[in-house]
Amino acid sequence: MPVLVYIESENKMFKKAALEVASYGRAVANTLNTSLSAVVFNTEDCSQLADYGVDKVLTVNHSNGFNAKVYADVIAQAALKESANVIVLSSSADSRYLAPILAVGLKAGYVPNVVELPKTQPFSVKRTAFSNKAFCETQITTEVKIIGLSNNAFGLIEHPTSLQSEAFSPQITSSDISVEKVDKATDKVSIADAETVVSAGRGLKGPENWNMIEELADVLGAATACSKPVSDLGWRPHSEHVGQTGKPVASNLYIAIGISGAIQHLAGINSSKVKVVINTDPEAPFFKAADYGIVGDAFEVVPKLIEKLKTFKAQNS
Amino acid sequence: MKILVCISHVPDTTSKINFTNDNTAFDTNGVQFVINPNDEFGLTRAMWFKEKQNATVDVVNVGGPETESTLRKALAIGADAAFRINTTPTDGYAVAKELSKVAVDGNYDLIIAGRESIDYNGGMVPGMMAAELGASFVNNCISLEIDGTNATAVREIDGGKETLSSTLPLVIGGQKGLVEESDLKIPNMRGIMMARKKPLTVLEPAQQQTCTSSVKFEKPAPKGAIKMVDADNIDELIDLLHNEAKVI
Ligand SMILES: Cc1cc2nc3c(=O)[nH]c(=O)nc-3n(C[C@H](O)[C@H](O)[C@H](O)COP(=O)(O)OP(=O)(O)OC[C@H]3O[C@@H](n4cnc5c(N)ncnc54)[C@H](O)[C@@H]3O)c2cc1C
Repeated sequence: MPVLVYIESENKMFKKAALEVASYGRAVANTLNTSLSAVVFNTEDCSQLADYGVDKVLTVNHSNGFNAKVYADVIAQAALKESANVIVLSSSADSRYLAPILAVGLKAGYVPNVVELPKTQPFSVKRTAFSNKAFCETQITTEVKIIGLSNNAFGLIEHPTSLQSEAFSPQITSSDISVEKVDKATDKVSIADAETVVSAGRGLKGPENWNMIEELADVLGAATACSKPVSDLGWRPHSEHVGQTGKPVASNLYIAIGISGAIQHLAGINSSKVKVVINTDPEAPFFKAADYGIVGDAFEVVPKLIEKLKTFKAQNS
Repeated sequence: MKILVCISHVPDTTSKINFTNDNTAFDTNGVQFVINPNDEFGLTRAMWFKEKQNATVDVVNVGGPETESTLRKALAIGADAAFRINTTPTDGYAVAKELSKVAVDGNYDLIIAGRESIDYNGGMVPGMMAAELGASFVNNCISLEIDGTNATAVREIDGGKETLSSTLPLVIGGQKGLVEESDLKIPNMRGIMMARKKPLTVLEPAQQQTCTSSVKFEKPAPKGAIKMVDADNIDELIDLLHNEAKVI
């Protein structure tokens, strides 16, 4: 009974989070002494999956784009076809959308925000809870088990395989929802997919001062984010609000500029690996939660940081 | 239009999180409980439908008697009636099953839940309810308009948003954007007085069916000390990020 992973792609390229799901799925398959199958939509060239431990890929052509119910139904059919009883998904907005529907369809237990490999006998996983203020070991008691893997929790692990590919033509159910319009910035990395996030708070004084934040993000190939009051004041769009009541951040590098580090802010960004804080106030609570800190005025430090990083990038590329 | 808003009773965002019974249970000692923030945005949007489109708005929670204060607050904000399903929530599926039963029995057109509750962050109850009910479903919903039986909703996606259309019945997983922070209402005295007279019906749970169980909690390991870098020595920061942390 193989492990099944749902591999997401965008413009026919696999997302990093998807390759992380493959790496994790491989490790689960090894623990359970079984093979790893994947289901992929609308992507012809799947050869990259052979680098991350996938033994068999089912390719599905579905020209209508993402639809949670339809995709959940296709993944359920793939699971039945493969007799898979462990299914692994990412933490993307789409995966979180379809996972509960998939769980009901397969009568499976679903645990999101998982950060480690499962233990077996009994089968349990470790997930974050209370907005990253704790971990919770959770048993999955159903026969079929669905794991939602936290971004950046496991990393990419290469594992070459001889990948088999098979065209899969499941029954496609009709949908009760239609997409009217998609607005997506194509030139910007999203907070969910970003390796680095540059985030700024009320210390920036006003929306007109965000140029340097965007430039810093640009130099680092980072996504931009902000604290809650900044989005409530309309300085930045709500989609940039991170924290307990906004988006979670689990990037490799999180740079916080002019953010005090309130408990609700920290809860949402704590899973980031390395945190840098730039703040004029040496008593700002963020300094207790960060790895590197600079006490200084953002309006002086950030322009210098941009210049130095440009030089660094020029020397290291 | 009949709207059901699912209300999760969660620790206030400033709560210190601790565990008891050998780390197997959440320690509620000294913890303030509130309406789950994502649910409050949904409830406030429901109030808009009540005012502008004559909707009736009921609220429901799965939980013990201690959650009634949270339901009363929802009534004080303006909901018409409340239901409490008298059982301790154990896993997302069990909660979704209980809520679905209330939704079917009350024949609701629109079911508003939060994208996730800030205690267990499961984010599965709305989707599971939609699947149980065979209703349409929009997650991460940041805008919702209803015209007759047609719904137009906007969903936040990674790096953007998507506008969707469907028909009722509809389940949403809502969040900020449904209304703005400044639209949230603090109940006034009149609302609080009226809430005391509104019906709060206690229902007994159906057969509990769970798929997962939380067995043990643990707090993150304490953080190592921060390294401070002088504001005039940005080169050192770049060196640390490159050679020590290896993130650039
Ligand atoms: C229910 C609830 C949920 C919440 N959820 C969230 C959430 O999800 N995310 C979130 O972010 N917040 C959340 N909050 C709000 C949170 O409590 C804080 O109010 C908020 O995070 C503060 O934002 P800030 O750090 O940008 O602003 P402030 O707290 O005002 O901090 C600004 C910081 O900038 C520094 N500063 C000022 N000038 C400069 C300068 N020139 N250079 C460098 N630094 C400077 C100051 O020293 C200060 O530390 C929530 C609050 C509640 C009640």
